[in-house]
Amino acid sequence: MTTVVPTRTPSTSKPPSERARSRRRNLTPYLFLTPNLIVFTVFVFAPLVFAVWMSFHKWDTISPAEWVGFSNFTELLGDKLFWESLKNTFIFGILTVPTSLVLGLIAALGLNQKLPGRVFMRTIYFLPFVVSSVVIGTLGSWVFNDTYGIINATLDQIGLGEVSWLTDPNLAMITLSITTVWARLGFCMIVYLAALQTIPPEYLEASTVDGSTPWQTFRYITLPLLMPATFLLAVLNIIYSFEAFDLVFVMTGGGPGNSTTVLPVYAFDTAFQVRRFGYANAIGLVLMVIIMIITLIQWRVTRQDDIVV
Amino acid sequence: MTATTTITSSESESATDRRPQPKRLNVGRLITWFGLAIGTVAMFFPIYWLIVTAFIPNSDAIARDVDLLPDRLTNENFSDGWSDFQWTRWYRNSIFITVMRVGITVPINLLAGYTFAKFAFRGSKTLFFVIIATLTLPIQVILVPRFLIVNELGLVDSPWGVILPFAAEAFGIFFVRQFMVSIPDEILEAARIDGASEFRIFREIVVPLSKPAIGVLTILTFLWTWNNFAWPLVVLTSQENYTVTLGLNAMQGFNNTEWSPIMAMATLSLIPVLLVFLLFQKYFVQGIARTGIK
Repeated sequence: MTTVVPTRTPSTSKPPSERARSRRRNLTPYLFLTPNLIVFTVFVFAPLVFAVWMSFHKWDTISPAEWVGFSNFTELLGDKLFWESLKNTFIFGILTVPTSLVLGLIAALGLNQKLPGRVFMRTIYFLPFVVSSVVIGTLGSWVFNDTYGIINATLDQIGLGEVSWLTDPNLAMITLSITTVWARLGFCMIVYLAALQTIPPEYLEASTVDGSTPWQTFRYITLPLLMPATFLLAVLNIIYSFEAFDLVFVMTGGGPGNSTTVLPVYAFDTAFQVRRFGYANAIGLVLMVIIMIITLIQWRVTRQDDIVV
Repeated sequence: MTATTTITSSESESATDRRPQPKRLNVGRLITWFGLAIGTVAMFFPIYWLIVTAFIPNSDAIARDVDLLPDRLTNENFSDGWSDFQWTRWYRNSIFITVMRVGITVPINLLAGYTFAKFAFRGSKTLFFVIIATLTLPIQVILVPRFLIVNELGLVDSPWGVILPFAAEAFGIFFVRQFMVSIPDEILEAARIDGASEFRIFREIVVPLSKPAIGVLTILTFLWTWNNFAWPLVVLTSQENYTVTLGLNAMQGFNNTEWSPIMAMATLSLIPVLLVFLLFQKYFVQGIARTGIK
């Protein structure tokens, strides 16, 4: 038997007449949720269960599936390319997450001041957020093109020599990261700006009156008050970086060699090039577990029930 | 507390200098401004260069002499790029997919968000938690099984195979719920006492009160659908069914040195997104600031 009570904040005990009315609405929430639940069940929950099932099977969809136990996962342990992708995923995260956060914070601190043209500047910093990752990837391939790109042409003209931005295995990851930070900085800036605007000006004034330098005010007042925003951004950016696919696929396709093959790209190739579906799902599940751990750490640290993400 | 308008040097921290952002010109502010301005130029330059490349002959684009203000401009890249590929179809596909997706996603997410905000029913907390948890689910985990399901439903290579799997998504539900929690229960109760049906309450009271949330949701859904890449790449197999993003990717695979037509088509694909962004910038910023979710 299901009971339905209209939520009140704060919830109080209901008078009997109200309880009678709410019983009439027993079915309403389920009815309202039906379209969503159908879509979620068919396209998210069922695939997830299916994914777990597949990771324990050897299956190419043509011949019948064969139970293989944990062999997909044990095979991962000995798979050099898997470890390389995992390493690349972490390197990509380390190169992109702190940089995006620090640059976003600097931009936010600057653009929180009353400076001429700040609205325009904010717009420009934020602009890449709306550009599709395919356009960003295409643009990155063009600007960083070894032969024709503007960066190498400029370096050549001022006599600094060219750099193999996308064809040097040691550099391709850095080039990808620069492009990613460019694309993501504005988002970090907006979240930091919103957080900065919630800091009561009295705090900063009091600190100034007490004779602290601007740096001390920032270090001991502003920065601690920005911790929730920093934490949120860190988790979101780690998730984005670990799930990065579009940009890598368009700009390098995982190359040169496998130097930019991150886990999502490896999983995609395993599924749709090699058609090893079970193995691809095992890779995907590893990725999911890593991201789950990061998210759980965030929940434990922030302990906010309402703002879940 | 009076606002100070002293035009003193930056170092003196006199007692009257209490405002955190004094309106005076000083070296620190000047340096800050220049730093931000240089950043602005650096942030905008790639977009500028995208547009410039689109308007210069390809031979100039790959000539390797750096000309930031070229005077030999052409619109050939647009006509050539357009006619060499199936852009008319690709735009039609993208527009169809985007309109349908927004038309389905926004109403059903409004309904679900409202339900989670205003009804306490058995399992509501668990269900909400499970739905929100899918926000962190990497698409790679469900890519293959979801593809196989879409295949079973006969939707591979169909626009509906792109529209339906994303019709419900956790962000929208979360965002709408956060917004609708603040709608006063008294209004809803009053309507109930007047005998209005639950759906009528939703349509005639809740929806009109939620216009800002609907705005944010519509714009973000539009943006994500228009820019979506990984899933259409898997589902849409024949070129005539491609979307604009898939077309751009395919074009890059076809010719490696014809950069100007590629940039021309990339510029075109940016127009709808930039228009929406510039017109509704406030909504974007609000949406992000409120939830902190991309």
